[in-house]
Amino acid sequence: MTFNPATTGADANEAARQAVRAGLARRHRSEVMFKGFGLAAIVAALGFVALLFGDILIKGIPAFTQANLHIEVTFDPEIIKVEPAPVQAAGQSDADFRAARLGWERKVALLNWNKVIEASLRAAAPEGYDIDSRQILTIAETDARHRVRAMFVENPSLLGQTVPVDVLASANADNWIKGNIDRTLGDAQQQLSAPARTLIDQFVADGTISNGFAWTLFTNVDSRAAPASAGLLGAFLGSLWMMLIVVVLAVPIGVAGAIYLEEFAPRSRLTDLIEVNINNLAAVPSIVFGLLGAAVFINFFKLPLSAPLAGGLVLVLMTLPTIIIATRGALQAVSPSLRQAALGLGASKTQMVFHHVLPVTFPSILTATIIGVAQAIGETAPLLLIGMNAFVAAVPATPVEQSTALPVQIYLWQANENRNFFEARTSAAIIVLLAFMIILNAIAIFLRSRLEKRA
Amino acid sequence: LNTYIFAALLIVLLGFAYQAGWSRSRKLATGTEKVHSRSQYHGSLVAIWALAPAILILVLWGAFSAPLTDSYISGLLPADIVSQGGPPLVEASQRVKSIASGFGVAGELRPYEQAAGDSLRQFQFLTGLFILLAAAVAGFAALWFAQKRIRARLRARNEVEWVVSLLLLLASAVAILTTLGIVASLVTEAFRFFTFISPIDFFFGTVWNPVFSSTGDGNYGQYGILPLLTGTLMVSVIAMLVAVPIGLMTAIYLSQYAKPGFRSFAKPIIEILAGIPTIVYGFFALVTVGPFLSNTGALVGLDVKATSALTAGIVMGIMIIPFISSLSDDILNQVPRAMRDGSYGLGATQSETVVRVLLPAALPGIVGAFLLAVSRAIGETMIVVLAAGNSPVLRGNPLEPVSTITVSIVNQLTGDTDFAGPQSLVGFALGLTLFVMTLGLNIIALYIVRRFREQYE
Repeated sequence: MTFNPATTGADANEAARQAVRAGLARRHRSEVMFKGFGLAAIVAALGFVALLFGDILIKGIPAFTQANLHIEVTFDPEIIKVEPAPVQAAGQSDADFRAARLGWERKVALLNWNKVIEASLRAAAPEGYDIDSRQILTIAETDARHRVRAMFVENPSLLGQTVPVDVLASANADNWIKGNIDRTLGDAQQQLSAPARTLIDQFVADGTISNGFAWTLFTNVDSRAAPASAGLLGAFLGSLWMMLIVVVLAVPIGVAGAIYLEEFAPRSRLTDLIEVNINNLAAVPSIVFGLLGAAVFINFFKLPLSAPLAGGLVLVLMTLPTIIIATRGALQAVSPSLRQAALGLGASKTQMVFHHVLPVTFPSILTATIIGVAQAIGETAPLLLIGMNAFVAAVPATPVEQSTALPVQIYLWQANENRNFFEARTSAAIIVLLAFMIILNAIAIFLRSRLEKRA
Repeated sequence: LNTYIFAALLIVLLGFAYQAGWSRSRKLATGTEKVHSRSQYHGSLVAIWALAPAILILVLWGAFSAPLTDSYISGLLPADIVSQGGPPLVEASQRVKSIASGFGVAGELRPYEQAAGDSLRQFQFLTGLFILLAAAVAGFAALWFAQKRIRARLRARNEVEWVVSLLLLLASAVAILTTLGIVASLVTEAFRFFTFISPIDFFFGTVWNPVFSSTGDGNYGQYGILPLLTGTLMVSVIAMLVAVPIGLMTAIYLSQYAKPGFRSFAKPIIEILAGIPTIVYGFFALVTVGPFLSNTGALVGLDVKATSALTAGIVMGIMIIPFISSLSDDILNQVPRAMRDGSYGLGATQSETVVRVLLPAALPGIVGAFLLAVSRAIGETMIVVLAAGNSPVLRGNPLEPVSTITVSIVNQLTGDTDFAGPQSLVGFALGLTLFVMTLGLNIIALYIVRRFREQYE
């Protein structure tokens, strides 16, 4: 910034200098402010990430431990009055034997197993503790009687014996122990009666109830009657089935489609149309894919409702555009010299693509597909429309059996009425889902760095 | 067990065919004539020839075996059960099938059942055997024919490559089929909905009140989309108000100011937000953001509902931040370096360069990015399902619960796939509206972005 003193007077020169200096200060101030805004925006964005993860972790980690009851169960012949289990006679058909066996199991199921549980809880409580049967049973989770009954069905010789059994404390007892429910609330607002609450505190003090790692979260399926025993196994396997279907179908079809469009397709209006179409398909809301699945897979092809097969196919269609776009990008990035060298040595187009171009792009295609699959795993909305929000308390052994998926399980649990208990469970399920996705992404990053180093 | 036998047949056929083609072309290669293709291609060609008819037969069998078996069973059952139809027929044929499979049924057999089960078993065995033989004969005949074709001048490689490119074409056609499937299913079901409710009532109605009583008195309730549309727009606008400033400033800071070290640390972390499943955002909005907003509102004397357009909009905005920041980042980086340098050369500060040179130059691209983000916000489902409050009432207050198009699709269609009444069919009319809206936004946005790229290339 120079001013020629020959053409301007000394005063004017000084005034201009003043004006520029003042302007400069203002401009620098606004520069600092602008930069500050940018920094604030980044801090806000990073803060949201921290807040989201921190919130979920703080809420979810307590749900990985759970109150367990250690009791001595007596299989009292006075309560368990039933004939010995049937044995398959020679010549009896499988169906007949199964009917007899089921009949016996039904009789066993009709016995008063609550009484067995009650007796063992009373045995653990101080002698003569004043509490009625309904109240004392609220301490143990309702699946305890099923556990004990299953033990007996498995091994009828337990009759008359006393064995130590670990059962889960009920969800309400767990809330009380962890302080998820306000301990100062009056009797009317408490889920448990006063004697039950005192007895729980006593059990905690004498070690009958102890906090242990919540294995049932991973080994059990969902449960409504016994919320404390609700687990993620069924949902996890449902997600795994869908992931398998996506990997088996979407990856080969997507890669093959991308190869055709990038390497073989003649440049024509039709291929332009396909290209526009794929770009748009990638931006279609996921719920529209759910509508497609409901109308086509469920209503037209009559695939089983809420089965991983139908859900997996919907996710396949959703993931395809992602994989096609990523693969095309990878193919475009291959240098023309590689292609020309292959063609120049007499390779056909197919040989050039499959022997030379594809191996080079393998790392990026692999990473893109893993990330696409991980995203598909977290998708919820389309699965709701094909009935995967049905309550399913079973492990899906095949992809045509009813099942849920991890994100759908989260959706179901957040709606559970026992908010005190399920807020933590839901957060724990989210942690499991996020961990699953992070592991997949970590594998993608690891493979890419590994393969690129080798290439 | 049948599946395994069929699979074994196909594998055997594959092995034989490949081996036959390969060894025959090897023999040719030892002769004087020069062979056009390598032996692998001859082997593959014969294998393709052999497998194609066998697979075709098996696929046809797979499609037609179930109805064929059913009609055979009805021939075995007493006439009165067949003419009666319904559940008893299903139960009776199930019993016959159980007897045929050897598992048996509990209790006494009905007089005809043992005979029916035996003949069904025989029928299943014979048809299975017949199909297996047919597939095998067709496969080996095709094998023999293909193997006879092998000559030194046979262009086996070209033929194999033709088949490969056909398969590739089919794979890329899946994407087209998906679009066609979406459009066809949405349009047909939406038109069925419009036979119940007139389009005018749907697109201009101000009351959303689907009645779920299936008493058949013809009262289906009201299906005005306007309350849902305003809810959708309200949530999207709030989301953009959160996401645009933060996303754009983040992109500007990262591309203009940040040191490479900070950039490589912050960018991936912010992009984590894009990878988190939307159900997680929904839960976060429901249990943390909603109560926080409600309590804060109470402090300043505002009545903010815990689940409201504001809650859903803010959380959706957080979700969209990385979307806007990474797209804007790309676009800012595409502005030619010369423009920036020219601005610096004239003495402009960095912020002046950004605001007066870079942003105007990048404006079309950034607008395109915003439109893509809006289309994403409109189609987002789980956040609004959990956190928007599901209250389909026409009102303008963002502190109150709202409902959106996507929420209503979920409400109307969840667990119900009996598309008989307008109650569930309306989901498709809403889906069609949503599809057209997002498609329009995407096409405009992609067009703008493409034009912008061409401008600077």
